[in-house]
Amino acid sequence: MKKFTFGWSVLLAACLIMIICLPVWGQTIKIGVIGPMNFVQGKGHWNGAVMAAEEINAQGGVNVGKQKMKIELVKADSNEFINVTDAANAMERLMTQDKVDFVVGGFRTEAVLAMQDIAMDYKKIFIGCGASDIELCSRVAKDYNRYKYFFRGTPFHNGYLVRTSFAHLATGGAAIKKELNVPVRVAIVAEKAAWAEPMVAAAQAVIPKMGMELAGIWRPSAVATDVTSELSAIQKSGANLIFTIFSSSVGITFARQAGELKVPALQVGINVEAQKDGFWEATKGMGNYVFTMETYIRGVEVNKLTKPFVETYFKRFKETPTYTADTYIAIKHYLVPSIEATGTLDADKIVAHLENRVFEVPSGTDKFEKDAQGQPTHDLTWGPGYQTSLGGQWQDGKIVGVWPNKWKATPTSPEVTFNGMVPIKLPPWMKK
Amino acid sequence: MNIIISGLIMGSMLALLGIGFSLIFGVARIVNIAHTAFYMLAAYFIYQLSIKLGLNPILGMLIAVTTVTLLGLLVYKFLIDPIREHEGAVLIATIALAMVFQEGVLLSFTGDYLTVDFLIDGFFTIGGVKVFYQQLLTFGMVLLAMAVLWFLLMKTKLGLAIRSMAEDREIANLMGMNESRLAMITLGISVALAGFTGAVLAPLTVLNPYMWMEPLIMMMAVVVLGGLGSIKGSVVAAFILGFAEAAVVFLIPQGAFLKGSVALTIMILVLLMRPEGLFGIVFEEER
Repeated sequence: MKKFTFGWSVLLAACLIMIICLPVWGQTIKIGVIGPMNFVQGKGHWNGAVMAAEEINAQGGVNVGKQKMKIELVKADSNEFINVTDAANAMERLMTQDKVDFVVGGFRTEAVLAMQDIAMDYKKIFIGCGASDIELCSRVAKDYNRYKYFFRGTPFHNGYLVRTSFAHLATGGAAIKKELNVPVRVAIVAEKAAWAEPMVAAAQAVIPKMGMELAGIWRPSAVATDVTSELSAIQKSGANLIFTIFSSSVGITFARQAGELKVPALQVGINVEAQKDGFWEATKGMGNYVFTMETYIRGVEVNKLTKPFVETYFKRFKETPTYTADTYIAIKHYLVPSIEATGTLDADKIVAHLENRVFEVPSGTDKFEKDAQGQPTHDLTWGPGYQTSLGGQWQDGKIVGVWPNKWKATPTSPEVTFNGMVPIKLPPWMKK
Repeated sequence: MNIIISGLIMGSMLALLGIGFSLIFGVARIVNIAHTAFYMLAAYFIYQLSIKLGLNPILGMLIAVTTVTLLGLLVYKFLIDPIREHEGAVLIATIALAMVFQEGVLLSFTGDYLTVDFLIDGFFTIGGVKVFYQQLLTFGMVLLAMAVLWFLLMKTKLGLAIRSMAEDREIANLMGMNESRLAMITLGISVALAGFTGAVLAPLTVLNPYMWMEPLIMMMAVVVLGGLGSIKGSVVAAFILGFAEAAVVFLIPQGAFLKGSVALTIMILVLLMRPEGLFGIVFEEER
């Protein structure tokens, strides 16, 4: 009887400890980080989120009403480059098994559209940090009650990507006119992918209006491993400016082979591979003078938040953040201030608060757009004073900021120049 | 000129892959879908040895081809040989094997795009077309590999045995040839060719865990167009498809991405007229 009583006492004490501790274990905000984790984009998603969680937790956590809650991240590999179904399953798992409170991430539009529907089914806030398709936010305006839980984190939508690219193209064209005093002939080289189609169509229409000649359009496969044929044809066409639209491995192949063959033309546009620190090594240094749209460049400050973020990230992960690392912004600047302001994890209350905020983030200032009818789209506002992104050029082993540098969005707009900009350079072999 | 030079380079690379695949199919009726996965492995080995470990690139290539060949022999012994009589099972097993290689590479190297150095930097111009020295070197090495293979098949006892087995397995068996051993040796040669292709192509391509899929389709097209199991057919078909791809890029710049589809369409058209492929009849009759 004595043994029995002792045994029961121990068990009772253990139960009591568990009951007392349970609320402590439960006091976390679970955030799902979803992305292609074996690829650089997914690594960016995860690293950005880790940095945000570490900073917030180091300060004691998030004030939710009278409670202090820590952030707990849940990693979900979407495998979305290979299989959209895997991405949908990963999101479903976050909702049903991991029971996360919020989700950040996603990269490929086709996958994010599927993930978005699942998150909306569960009424969970999902901040997209990778896909640019405008449809993701058009859905919010069209069916607000269902899709209001989706917000665009990064990048701005593909319509604005086009506008920014044309501003970059104009910068490249102006440099050629100024330094070489020759007419600018543009070759459009776009990988064969759905996202590039509207950009090619727009470029065809806009380039002649910009006072430049169109030399031709080339559409290699997104995974082409040899573009020497295209490069020979481009050189034959007399193009001195190449408008690139690449998100895949062809960006490396094209830059490497064009540099190796010393094709006398400046490459300007979107080359996602050129946004990464590893581009120089991947092209064996042949990617010199490649100009691409960028989000973060070491030494370039958009506002006071840029440098601390970029340098801390670099110190922590030994690389410059790419745009998918904006999961940091999604957690630290989107979610946490709105949770603290509303004092709750209730998605509807957070949505109502978040969609009306205007706030600084390391890449600019975020303000969520409304459509022509005044309906919220949760898309990012583009333009001077908001988000513009950067133009970076590889110059002798490192990427430097070359845009916006005295850029005027319209003839009457004020000039925009971010701290740390340097002049654009033409490849020396263009001058012969 | 552009079309000729690009076509020659593309064709020679396809030929090397096609010959290896055709060889093992002709001799042992093994449809090795993992053939281009061995090519991928060799390229990654070279990256690991020459870029990560700083080994001499040529030494790296030799080690890569040897390692991949040994791996191929192990695969034959433990995976293919036990199920060799069931062609469907071999086909599925080698698909699974290729997926295992792919996932292994993804885990080890991640999905990041990687490149290796050219053995010779620079380019020269011929007929207004710029050609990398590395492409010329690759083309030369491919021709050399083909010459060595021709010598091996036509001028050695082993080659005679392989050809005999390809012509009639049963008779070769009755003549005392060890069919399984010969199949293993042939698979070794076939995988070595895939590894060699990966080694010489690595500097000209971008490495990623899915790089085995695209050449697999083109290699199958080469083999089917040339006539299943016909080495001569594979060489001819490889150059036809190589020139077709180059012509598409030059003649339809906006449709450059269609080069694979056009090449496959040519294959279908030829097969409609000659269902056995370009050099399939004699081979099949001999069998």
